[in-house]
Amino acid sequence: MKKTDALIIGAGPTGLFTAHQLKLIGLDCEIVDNLDKIGGQCIELYPDKPIYDIPAVPECTGEELTNNLLNQLKPFDIKFHLSERVEEVKKEENNWLVKTSGGNSFLTPNVIIAGGVGSFEPRKFSPKECEKFENKSLFYSVKDKNIFNGKTVSIFGGGDSALDWAIELSKESHVNLIHRRDEFRGAQATVDKMHALVKDGKINLFTKYQIANAHGKQTLESIDIKHDNNEIKNLKTEYVLGFFGLIMQLGPIANWGLNLNKKTIEVDTEKFETNQKGIYAVGDICNYPGKLKLILSGFHEGALAARACFKLARPDEKYRFEFTTTSTNLLKRLGKKE
Amino acid sequence: MAKITYITSDNQTHTVEVQNGLTVMEGAVQNDIPGIDADCGGGMACATCHVYVKDDWFNKIPKKEDGEDDMLDMAFEPKKNSRLSCQIIVSDELDGLQVNIPSKQA
Repeated sequence: MKKTDALIIGAGPTGLFTAHQLKLIGLDCEIVDNLDKIGGQCIELYPDKPIYDIPAVPECTGEELTNNLLNQLKPFDIKFHLSERVEEVKKEENNWLVKTSGGNSFLTPNVIIAGGVGSFEPRKFSPKECEKFENKSLFYSVKDKNIFNGKTVSIFGGGDSALDWAIELSKESHVNLIHRRDEFRGAQATVDKMHALVKDGKINLFTKYQIANAHGKQTLESIDIKHDNNEIKNLKTEYVLGFFGLIMQLGPIANWGLNLNKKTIEVDTEKFETNQKGIYAVGDICNYPGKLKLILSGFHEGALAARACFKLARPDEKYRFEFTTTSTNLLKRLGKKE
Repeated sequence: MAKITYITSDNQTHTVEVQNGLTVMEGAVQNDIPGIDADCGGGMACATCHVYVKDDWFNKIPKKEDGEDDMLDMAFEPKKNSRLSCQIIVSDELDGLQVNIPSKQA
């Protein structure tokens, strides 16, 4: 079990700046995120889209913003636990016991939820029949591509993941590529390569089709795909892959006894504390009168929540407000003074 | 101002007046109409404000811009008359618009 002054859930911009504020005032923190990379929605949803309303940054992309925040964290030693989802938060005397899907557990007086709109999970096929084949012959990501050798694989989607896997698996497998329209949104070179493989008979392409059903007793035998004009085709297939991107799900957060309003958590505007003492919510996931879902609001909320954490992490010390321009303490922590 | 009717997947109809300049998504969210999540807040980055626009209206409202169809690829059960409601801006011309909300957004 790891002890820390504060645990941050979510490594998006708000989580990162909250970590900065905690470290600056002399508290430790660790960060857990369900994604395999740092940056949250900025990296997952709009890495290349410019943002124009970060104060003093006229224009930057989601990726640049993330990199700048990481640069700002350089003076500090912060542990990230990626690809792990927080499953459980339980009261243990004056602390919270937090358990993750990766088997980590933390004991901390402060939990800061900077979770955006929840954790990112793959978007799934809509027919109910698909569920029973999930993780057996139907997948939303590829762990071991060798299981597809010599088999028929039906790949759904129109982006780079679907195209890249169709091209890669066409070397050793029979590949069906199915997409709801004629246009693909992947990189042009990849789209061209896919079309060349279709011409050579290495990929069977079905456009304007979507999955309608899946058949098989224990193992998947075939799927039905439905055209825009309602015509249905049956395809024999041993495996199905779906690449429809990620969706945000509130997930286990809903079970922690917090006051929720739709998919957001209610907080006060002094500490950004929830109805549970020592659990805070900042950034897009928190809700209060006048809340704006802007990155700059997340920064403000994180700065205040960090000060609130101080009281619970250092009950015998008094927090004193200081400026980075003048405080020797802060400059030392920032590595600017011996 | 336009009267907009939202029909949920269980056939409940909600007709509300939405101010010009707001989006069809905002009209739903501000009036607590269920079934439109709008996770990304109107950034065309999540496809959770997906609606089906009644055929006669589909051709009347402003066309999709770049990127909307890419996001609709990820929507739950997209159809030919699918739109992201955050990209439909309300004006007087939209008075009487009807949209159907899918059974889920993901």
